Amino acid sequence: MTTRPTVSKSELAEQFRGFIDPDCVITDDETLKPYECDGMSMYCEMPMLVVLPDTVEQVQRVMRICNQHGVPVVARGAGTGLSAGAMPHRDGVVLSLARFSRIINIDPLARTARLQPGVRNLAISEEAAKYGLYYGPDPSSQIACTIGGNVAENSGGVHCLKYGLTVHNILSVEMVTAEGDLVTVGSDGLDVCGMDLMALLTGSEGLLGVVTEVKVKLLPIPEVARVVMAGFDSVQKAGDAVGGIIDHGIIPGGLEMMDSHAIIAADDFAGAGYPREAKALLLCEVDGTEEEVDEHIALAEEVFRKLGATSVRTSHTEEERALLWKGRKCAFPAVGRISPDYYCMDGTIPRRHLAHVLTEMERLSEQFGLRVANVFHAGDGNLHPLILFDANVPGEFERTEAFGASILRLCVEVGGCITGEHGVGVEKIRQMVAQFTDQELQQFHDVKAAFDPAGILNPGKNVPALKFCQEYRSLDPCKHTHEHTDAAHG
Amino acid sequence: MADIFPQLQEQLLQARENGRKLNIVGGGSKAFMGRAADPEAETLNVGEHTGVVEYHPVELVLTVRAGTPLVDIEATLAEHGQSLHFEPPRLGAGATIGGTLACNLSGPSRPWAGSVRDQVLGIRLLNGKGEHLRFGGQVMKNVAGYDVSRLQAGALGTLGLITEISLKVMPKPAATMTLVQEMGADEVLHYMNSRAAEPKPITGACWVDGKVYLRLGGARSAVEATADKWSGQVLEQGDDFWQQLRDMQHPFFSDPDTPLWRFSVGSTAAQPQLDGDWLIDWAGAQRWYRGEAELPAMETLAVAAGGQVSLFRGGDRSGEVMQRQPEALKAIQQRIKNAFDPDHIFNPGRLYSWL
Repeated sequence: MTTRPTVSKSELAEQFRGFIDPDCVITDDETLKPYECDGMSMYCEMPMLVVLPDTVEQVQRVMRICNQHGVPVVARGAGTGLSAGAMPHRDGVVLSLARFSRIINIDPLARTARLQPGVRNLAISEEAAKYGLYYGPDPSSQIACTIGGNVAENSGGVHCLKYGLTVHNILSVEMVTAEGDLVTVGSDGLDVCGMDLMALLTGSEGLLGVVTEVKVKLLPIPEVARVVMAGFDSVQKAGDAVGGIIDHGIIPGGLEMMDSHAIIAADDFAGAGYPREAKALLLCEVDGTEEEVDEHIALAEEVFRKLGATSVRTSHTEEERALLWKGRKCAFPAVGRISPDYYCMDGTIPRRHLAHVLTEMERLSEQFGLRVANVFHAGDGNLHPLILFDANVPGEFERTEAFGASILRLCVEVGGCITGEHGVGVEKIRQMVAQFTDQELQQFHDVKAAFDPAGILNPGKNVPALKFCQEYRSLDPCKHTHEHTDAAHG
Repeated sequence: MADIFPQLQEQLLQARENGRKLNIVGGGSKAFMGRAADPEAETLNVGEHTGVVEYHPVELVLTVRAGTPLVDIEATLAEHGQSLHFEPPRLGAGATIGGTLACNLSGPSRPWAGSVRDQVLGIRLLNGKGEHLRFGGQVMKNVAGYDVSRLQAGALGTLGLITEISLKVMPKPAATMTLVQEMGADEVLHYMNSRAAEPKPITGACWVDGKVYLRLGGARSAVEATADKWSGQVLEQGDDFWQQLRDMQHPFFSDPDTPLWRFSVGSTAAQPQLDGDWLIDWAGAQRWYRGEAELPAMETLAVAAGGQVSLFRGGDRSGEVMQRQPEALKAIQQRIKNAFDPDHIFNPGRLYSWL
């Protein structure tokens, strides 16, 4: 990877101050401190310095200088990430895109928005609403997270099954390469000639380039959305009900599940009127035209009752809909209230294994002596187990991490993956060996080198160095299904 | 239904040892695409590598070997009321899912249902070093590692042999209806985009021969209510029109001797000033032109419309047929090629002369 930079902190700061407002080149510890972590605050590192350019040309110059001297660069948006992807490098520069916060324009007829990378996710939909449009992906941090970070993480949200992830909702990205070149990937059209580099960039966690502009697609706001809430006396029945909905040809706008711990915590917090005795709760939102929603809501209610729902309630007004969602949307802080700390996991599984995975998780919970509450994007199989712990108890965070690692291994074993939307970052880098072979990881490193030959962009994140993999594998013995199949192929 | 992976891998390893090149062929239905195949290269036939590996209808996920014909996949899905929402063109009876992904081909529903690239969840790939690698997976959300699966879309097989693909599948719409009316090329772009900006169940928007066709698809009540509100005549057997369009069987595409150009541009961009025959699909985002022309001149028109152009069929296929790349992106793509296929064994020169 990178060797130590060939330039001192003061020399670098001086060079940057030659073309960037000196107040936006931060070198003192007190002002650097807020940058030491992102939303994953358990992982911290102080950067060498932070720079906040406000033109693309300045970004290019920063990159050229860093590339020349082998200085690591960590691009940063709002810092809401949950995998320590924006954790600084101690010998490196944090490149904050916070000053790039302008919506450049919205084209209502073409249904597109041109954005600087620091535009907040929710701000896009708020502005687009003037034209009856909105931006699809809605990660739960949408009030604060930025579109540049969404591209870096391929952010999702609760509407992915129907409306896709970030990768499905962007048209083009303007980016500065590690070497300081400005390139546009994608176009106003729906595809381009050559390799699909935009697919590679989306979700690349800042390892392939620095995003300086994004053009997104906008969608017409549905005429109506209604939500059916259904309580079940077993997780298995709730899981079957999810299958039942899909089986009847309904693709809900959102389909969320909570387990009993999450139901009670969320209901205490939000007073949403959830069935507190239920073992699992489903929120199924259908959106579309009036006629379609009426037809599908009636069908969904019928499916839930037939598959053993103990309670079914449907929103008839926007207020009712908002209240039913409020509990789910507050689930994380609600769980935060019943425990000093919580650790949010992000595995994805094929839905048919849900009951097995939750049962196994209960067993692990007892084994590790830590409680776990589950919030689940049931439509797309993305689990968010919240492990409850107390960081002030020595050793408890380490135990939490070990519990989390076991959950992710379980997800891979049933055919899923270690991260659905939060990214690998630093946090899950050890679990990459559960999902990928050394050959696959090497192929990722080779892709990285194609964009960033000097290896200065966000080094040490996302893909583990092969020299550590053997250690990770020996620490985390797990079934390796690929190798089994490969062996069968001779 | 056969797994011929061992033979495929063996042929690759032999070629690598002997310094030979390989042309990947599935059903052979898209042989006309890309630059002319290297006549010196051996054929690597993936067309026999077929069969459904896994299919769980309630998961909305299908995993198939890359040589599986589209018609077989669709027959399997239809048994469960599902389909490939991106409506891949069946350019021949043998057209395969692997070729569809490599060429990134999607049909009329593309602006609303997404492309084949959008629906790919994971792949297995035999790279130029003979390594059989797995990327992505069988779940809707997966952000571990780089998205190598979608990188294959449009790479024309230059990065390796796709051996297996997992795709998101969707329920078939309960009802469809087609509305047709006469309209000039000057007003149709505004009309199609205005309709697409309404929250209605639109799944197709095409203009050809002075007529605009809109397709509605979804719950029957929603389709009928929308058709009542919108102008245009209901087209009897409307699905036939979309099927012809999808499979490029529409008379517009029937002359194989005239070069066919594909513009992938901004949906509202003004129509390029170029006399001749045009077909506008994807509510304006995909425009086909029939006629003799030079690539540089076509590129100028495409760039003005915010997009790119390729010589889809016919014409001179010894030169470049795809919009040329800026230097920085060319360098990155060459390095990516080297990362996957360091000996340049797979489909040499098929995408660009320099790949």
